[in-house]
Amino acid sequence: MTLTVSPKDIIARRVAKELNYGEVVNLGIGTPTRVSNYISPEMNITLQSENGLVGMGAVAQPGEEIPDLTNAGGQFVTIVPGAAFFDTAMSFVIIRGGHVDVTVLGALEVDERGYLANYWIPGRGGPGMGGGMDLVVGAKRVIVAMEHTRRDGEPKIVPRCSLPITAKRMVDLIVTDIAVIRPTVEGLVLREIAPGLTVDEILAKTGACLIVPDDVGEMVA
Amino acid sequence: MSKVKTIQEAVELIEEGMTVMLPGFLGVGTPKALIDALCEKRTGNLTVIYNDGAFPGVGIGKLVRCGLVSKMISTHTGTNPELVKAIAEGLIEIELLPQGTLVERIRAAGAGLGGILTSTGVGTEVEKGKTIMELGDATYLLELPLRADVALLYAYKGDTSGNLVYRNTARNFNPIMATAADLVIAEVEHLVDVGDIDPEHVVTPGIFVDIIVRGCD
Repeated sequence: MTLTVSPKDIIARRVAKELNYGEVVNLGIGTPTRVSNYISPEMNITLQSENGLVGMGAVAQPGEEIPDLTNAGGQFVTIVPGAAFFDTAMSFVIIRGGHVDVTVLGALEVDERGYLANYWIPGRGGPGMGGGMDLVVGAKRVIVAMEHTRRDGEPKIVPRCSLPITAKRMVDLIVTDIAVIRPTVEGLVLREIAPGLTVDEILAKTGACLIVPDDVGEMVA
Repeated sequence: MSKVKTIQEAVELIEEGMTVMLPGFLGVGTPKALIDALCEKRTGNLTVIYNDGAFPGVGIGKLVRCGLVSKMISTHTGTNPELVKAIAEGLIEIELLPQGTLVERIRAAGAGLGGILTSTGVGTEVEKGKTIMELGDATYLLELPLRADVALLYAYKGDTSGNLVYRNTARNFNPIMATAADLVIAEVEHLVDVGDIDPEHVVTPGIFVDIIVRGCD
């Protein structure tokens, strides 16, 4: 029997390897939330949640939910020893004030400038930026965690975002289910590709130009 | 002097067309009994300041379902398809802004400040119509104070003079909104006597609260 890992988990596992000992990390809703499944306690990572919490633990088991204790996605969660609660102003002092080391967010599009779009689809409306704009402006490092293409197969990594951008900031890293890409002032540099895939296959699924160096590595599983 | 009133007495003071601040994050930290009473009283045409769309029929979602909201000032609507639909159909006007900006605009109003400068939103749709300022190497948007006619708070515990204590992540916008409305009504789960809350533990001092109601009434 072969165990298959979902694309979301491939992304989450790879993002977790970008985190350093002792960092303060904010994980967005969806795929980014799964990153916490791959952080070992020895890493001493502190999870910040913009609804007013540092020291967030795992999602609460059914039957063990604590009233009024949720994450930014509305799921019941647990806390770890040393956790702290605070109001929204303090939460954004932490976020906007540069006290978050890494933010991991999903995106609808990322472009050759390293800009991301993740909050509004004109005509369809929503979902809204929530704390995303502040996180992209304020966090020391921004990692985009998303599937490489849309559900219909169209690329999400494009020459220029067609959707409204979230911030005028170049993100630090893009991690997808099939590639790791680093935005630079020269353009998007392909750093790693998933085992079993060729560079050409990645390029075919990418709308933007990618710089392909000689030392493209294999995505660590 | 006791500030305790019944929920009915409290909602009588909320009128058609008012701007209402409601704290909460996806329904957590939002008063329940006050919203139920507003829906029963059918006070409509409200401008509601709330972080998100919550969920259909929950928290602010209940006011939306009851058709009492004409405008939302919010950061996120995506969790409530009923709200998204009402916005798309033009039934509810939306002013969308970043969460850190929303809370600081409210804080500015409560703190007597003329506005705040933030880099969030620079170079995006959010900057449209706003004053952009260059200071040193940085670019900022001038964001103006945001007040309301009434704020409806939710606290875990309150004393009869209005001192409030919150629980877990239900604190969120409550302490900030307490400072920025003409009328502040707090719904508490547990009502205690003055002196029963250790002053070191008070999060919102009672001077900010005009009326206190029991959620279970």
